[in-house]
Amino acid sequence: MDERERLKAFEQTVLPHLDAAYNLARWLAGNDQDAQDVAQEASLRAFKFFGSFRGENARAWLLTIVRNTFYNWLQKNRPPEIAGELDDEALMVEDVSVNAETINLRVADAEVVRRAIEELPVEFREIVVLREMEGFSYKEIADLSDVPIGTVMSRLARARKLLQKSLAGEFQTGGAK
Amino acid sequence: MNCQQAKPLIDFYSDGELDAAGILELEKHFHDCPACALAWRNAQTLKKSLKQDSLFFTAPPELRRRIKAELRSQIETAPRWNFWNWNWLTTATTGVATACLALLLTLTLTRPSAQQRLTQEIVSGNIRSLMANHMLDVVSTDQHTVKPWFNGKLDFSPPVKDLAAQEFPLIGGRLDYIGGRSVAALVFHRNKHVINLFIWPVNEKDSNPAVDASIQGYNVIHWSEADMTFWAASDLNEKELMEFAQDFAAGETLKP
Repeated sequence: MDERERLKAFEQTVLPHLDAAYNLARWLAGNDQDAQDVAQEASLRAFKFFGSFRGENARAWLLTIVRNTFYNWLQKNRPPEIAGELDDEALMVEDVSVNAETINLRVADAEVVRRAIEELPVEFREIVVLREMEGFSYKEIADLSDVPIGTVMSRLARARKLLQKSLAGEFQTGGAK
Repeated sequence: MNCQQAKPLIDFYSDGELDAAGILELEKHFHDCPACALAWRNAQTLKKSLKQDSLFFTAPPELRRRIKAELRSQIETAPRWNFWNWNWLTTATTGVATACLALLLTLTLTRPSAQQRLTQEIVSGNIRSLMANHMLDVVSTDQHTVKPWFNGKLDFSPPVKDLAAQEFPLIGGRLDYIGGRSVAALVFHRNKHVINLFIWPVNEKDSNPAVDASIQGYNVIHWSEADMTFWAASDLNEKELMEFAQDFAAGETLKP
């Protein structure tokens, strides 16, 4: 295909998902500058490998590349103890001290939710973004992040427990208002 | 269903990943068990909390601009084929195999003359120009713009004429590759038809426009003048294409 045609097709099918790409990068990297770098590098890589895109879900395809780009970037830019492999066992959520299951949660203020997500380990943040903001199915998330579907489910369950805990805690401490 | 069985299903249920039978049983359980019903409501509430629009970061406009600019400069500076593009490699491998087979067949079945091959190349060049956005490198109806554009891009200066008065307006030009060399291609219109005029220098006697061939629905007319060879190709009918050729051959040349 002619390069200009290729670029046109890319701009029409892939670039419309740049918001999703930036959003994921922003939640993973934690700040705007790094997120822009990751999203830009991912977009350029996506164009380079556009030939391997088979016309399935362009958003999922782009986000896969964003994710890979981010983890490469992380290895280069962050100390290994932070970038180290996630040990799922180590992330077992201990029993919630504030029992989120017996209180009535209310829809929390966006700022509060933002802080709660930011406190999650990166692999949990990623799954929360993919499931709750992007609406991908378990299967799609498993394909996208290259982990078994069971891992997707257990990480999601634990991420939710942590979020409920911190949001419930928010209600208990600041909930009087 | 008891609470122990119900608990792990609540997430699947709120994510729409539970099968119909599971849904029925779980909903029945919610009806009987206020604790699980509360857990489900909390799961819903958490979902709502996470879905707020203001939690979604939209890409800054300058990021979008930067990416577009970068991509554009890449395709303009990069060689047409990126060697490390695997897609290209696969295509090329298949292509080479097919081409070998085709060549073998062609060689055994027919041996086209040099002239026939050239005509086929002209037609291919014409068809190529109609595909993709590959028709024009310089877009201008002004011959004084088109002619200088070729300077430095070719080892000759092609005559450029505008035949708007004869209703063959000049649209622009581009570089093309015919018979193993770079040639000038001028593009004209007649109504909705496109005429490609390929020009390059040769050592041959002047000749008047003559119909060379009609291949794949395209007409080709050839003439020579002042050590330049001219090949006009178009899906335009033969009569009008001949008019074009005669008008061009007779028209005022823009002096370099």
